[in-house]
Amino acid sequence: MIYLELLWSFFQIGLFSIGGGYAAMPLIQEQVVNTHNWLSMTEFADVITISQMTPGPIAINSATFVGMRIAGLPGALVATLGCVLPSFFIVLGLAYLYYKFQNLSLIQGVLSGLRPAVVALIGCAGLSILLLSLFDGAAPSLQPSDINFISGGIFLACLVVLRKWKPNPIYVMLGAGVLGACIFPFVG
Amino acid sequence: MQKPSGFAFYRKLFCSTFYLSAFTFGGGYVIIPLMHKKFVEDYHWIEEKEILDLTAIAQSSPGAIAVNAAVIIGYRLAGILGALVALVGTVLPPLIIISVISLFYQAFRDNVVVNAVLKGMQAGVAAVIADVTASMAIGIGKEKKLIPILIMIAAFIANYFLNVNVIIIILVCAVVGALALFWQQRRGKNNLISQMKQAGAAAKEETAAGKAPASAATDTKPERAATARQDELHEGGKHHDLS
Repeated sequence: MIYLELLWSFFQIGLFSIGGGYAAMPLIQEQVVNTHNWLSMTEFADVITISQMTPGPIAINSATFVGMRIAGLPGALVATLGCVLPSFFIVLGLAYLYYKFQNLSLIQGVLSGLRPAVVALIGCAGLSILLLSLFDGAAPSLQPSDINFISGGIFLACLVVLRKWKPNPIYVMLGAGVLGACIFPFVG
Repeated sequence: MQKPSGFAFYRKLFCSTFYLSAFTFGGGYVIIPLMHKKFVEDYHWIEEKEILDLTAIAQSSPGAIAVNAAVIIGYRLAGILGALVALVGTVLPPLIIISVISLFYQAFRDNVVVNAVLKGMQAGVAAVIADVTASMAIGIGKEKKLIPILIMIAAFIANYFLNVNVIIIILVCAVVGALALFWQQRRGKNNLISQMKQAGAAAKEETAAGKAPASAATDTKPERAATARQDELHEGGKHHDLS
C-alpha cells in the first residue's frame, strides 16, 4: 500500500522534526532518499532548492512533491496529511496543558539536548548536498578531475556573501542560479 | 480578547492564514512577525505577550513552525474547529504551488538552461545551509558548555559516518539533554531545589499524560506569576533561538 507507506513516512518526519525549518531536512533525506528510494539525491536537492524559492515549510513542500511523484494528487494529500497530523495533535495537547504547567524545566532540558543534535544533523544534510554539487553525484574523491570547480566556486562565493552581508538567502540562491545559467551551458 | 464566532470569522481566519502562508518565504520564523502584525496589531485577536508563549509552544513541538503556530492560534480563537481551519489555510498554499511545480518538474529538469540554473542553485543552497549551520554551531560553541558541544560532535559522527537513523539520534539526545539538566540542577544552588521539585512533579504528571509540558508564564494565577516570570527571564533567551 503506497498510500500507507507515504502516510507513515511523513508521519515520522512530522513527529521527529523538532526545531522547525531545516530540522526536517535530515529526516526527509533519511526516509525519502535512503530508506524508500522515492527520490534520488539530485531530486532531493532540487526539492530543497524549490522549497527555498517557494513559500511554505520544507516538510510540507517535500511531502507534496514526493506524494505527487509517487502517487499523484491523492499521494500528495496523504503525504501532507501524514506530515501535519503529529503537529496538530501535539500542539493541541500543549495548548491544552498551557495553563496547567508553569515549569519549563523538563522541556528545556530536552530542547537543550536536541538543539546541538539538530545543528549537527542539518550540517550532515547540507554536507551531502554540497558533495552532490561538487562531484555531480559521483562518489567523493580527491582527484582534481572529479571535482566540479565551477560549483565549488559558486558555493564559496555564496558563502562569503552570506557571512559578510547577511542578505536574504533567496537573493543569494537566485544569484547562484543566474551564475549557473551563464557558466554551465558553455563550460560543462 | 474578544471571542469572534460565526461563518464570517472562520472565513477571515482561513483567509488570513492562507495569505500569511502564501507569503512566508524563507523558513518558519518569518511567519511569527507576520502573525504578530496580523493577529495582534490588525485584528486585536491575540494579546502582545501571548504571541511569545505561542512561539515557544510552536518551537517546542515537532513539525513546521508555521503550521504549529497557525494551529495554536486557531485553537486559542475558536477551539478545535478554529485549529482545523487555520491548519487547512496554512497547508493549502504550499500544497497547491508544489503540486503544480511537480507536474512540470520533469520537463523543466530536461531543459539545458533550467538544468544549469538548478545546478548553480544547488551550490547556492549548500552555501545557505552551511551558513545557517555555522551560525547555529557558533551560537552553541559560545555558550562554552561541554555537553552541548559533545552532543553536536557525537550526533554528526553518528549520522554522517556511522549512518545511525536520525530518529534514534534525536531520541537519544533528548534523553541526554533531560538527564544533563536534571543532574545540573541536583548539583545546583539551593534556590534551584524548589524548581527541581516542581520539575519532578511536573515530569511525573507529564509522563502520565504522555505529553510534554507547555510554556510558562501567564498571569492567570497571580501567586505563581512571580516564579513564572523568573523562569522566563532565566530561560526565555535560550528558548527562542532553537532552529
